[in-house]
Amino acid sequence: MKHEIGFTLNGVQRRATVDARMSALEMLRDVIGLTGTKYGCGEGECGACTIIVDGASVNSCLLFALDCDGREVTTVEGLAGDARAQALHKAFVARGAVQCGFCTPGMMIQATHLLATHPHPDADAAKRAIEGNLCRCTGYQKIVEAIVEAGETLQSGDAT
Amino acid sequence: MSGSDAFERYLAPASLAQALAALAGEGGATVLAGGTDLMPQTRAGRVRPARTLLNIRRVSGLDGVEVEGGLLRIGTLATVATLLTHALVREHAPLLTQAADHFASDQIRNAATIGGNICNASPAGDLLTALLALDAEVELAWLAVDGAVRTRVHPIDDFFTGPGRTRREANELLTAVRVPLALREQQVRFYKTGTRPALDISTISIAFAARLDGGGRLHGVRLALGAVAPTPLRARRTEAMLEGLALDAALAARAADCAAGEAAPIDDVRATAWYRKELLHNMTLRMLDDVAETAGPPQGRKLPLWGTARSAKGGPHEA
Repeated sequence: MKHEIGFTLNGVQRRATVDARMSALEMLRDVIGLTGTKYGCGEGECGACTIIVDGASVNSCLLFALDCDGREVTTVEGLAGDARAQALHKAFVARGAVQCGFCTPGMMIQATHLLATHPHPDADAAKRAIEGNLCRCTGYQKIVEAIVEAGETLQSGDAT
Repeated sequence: MSGSDAFERYLAPASLAQALAALAGEGGATVLAGGTDLMPQTRAGRVRPARTLLNIRRVSGLDGVEVEGGLLRIGTLATVATLLTHALVREHAPLLTQAADHFASDQIRNAATIGGNICNASPAGDLLTALLALDAEVELAWLAVDGAVRTRVHPIDDFFTGPGRTRREANELLTAVRVPLALREQQVRFYKTGTRPALDISTISIAFAARLDGGGRLHGVRLALGAVAPTPLRARRTEAMLEGLALDAALAARAADCAAGEAAPIDDVRATAWYRKELLHNMTLRMLDDVAETAGPPQGRKLPLWGTARSAKGGPHEA
């Protein structure tokens, strides 16, 4: 049984035909062809598939594709013009917070969501925010540093 | 009845009456709210799909949090993130805020709903012990034959009948949860143990609520235990043992023994039954020691917005 849904994806109206049991992650990767959002565990444990829906970060593997109907969805591909994501991008590179890179899209989305709600997080707040995002390479230290640094960069940018 | 392993139709109605009609319709309906449990359960074949997949997220008026007639009324679609951050929840049901602070991850808290957590009826559901300790009630709605929406209220204490099973009838929708407003002298505690603070399913959880009088005596004691029986349960013998008394070391020790005796845990991948009883004994003791030491109001300890009060290490931690 297929259904057609319509939603805003990275600022652009999209339509997609989806199965009732399809996850938003499968729709994004296999139906629409945006593969920046990663499949890690498929059960909400790893955060590699994190997307933002109506302003809140969620695991796209646990979201029914049907439930995207009428909503506003942002994936890592949609962060290119986002000032917070740009600050995070620079800080991730500067701090060496990327090794294999598989967790990075989820980390970027979740950290962007954190900075949108808590513009100047300390290390504890950054750790708490990414508690649902697993990284098997860098061991979090550099990722946490990068998130804190991006917050500081944005704050100093705001001040000038 | 649907013999298929797939949903035959999908509905996302805007009104409660339409949703209830779908539940009462031929072949029934599987209710979708946040989806964080339903998606993996459907994938694993643990939920047999009804004929209709019923998304209730478009039904208006089901996500509000309000104070009404001496009760905090939380709509079924309120997310766990809402419980964690909403000022009315923090003021009137701080135990729910504490439980939400131990719940999964930000991504899951942003999607998972209080109604879903209740209807999923996991013995380890993090909100369920808190709701038991708060004497919560659930509101259930159904469509009468005359087409009118009827509601009934059921105590949560009697709502869970087994793992994944509740007293909700197939034609009913859980629409809201009601919690009596916390009194100033109420002490509440939520303890959860797991291998790490985030995302782990509870090995055990404990929720406690009691009023503390000027003499340090406990009144209206509620102690609820999670992940130690087929349903979350009230430790009634322990509650009775503590009622009306001031805590001292001997009483706390007896109560911890009693609580461990009231549990009926199983061996599973997360812990053995023996270990769960040990945990329950020791965590109850620690929790009661903490209650005895804290004579101040429960609001005295502030939870950070995204919580940093939880232990960064695995094992026992409190909000």
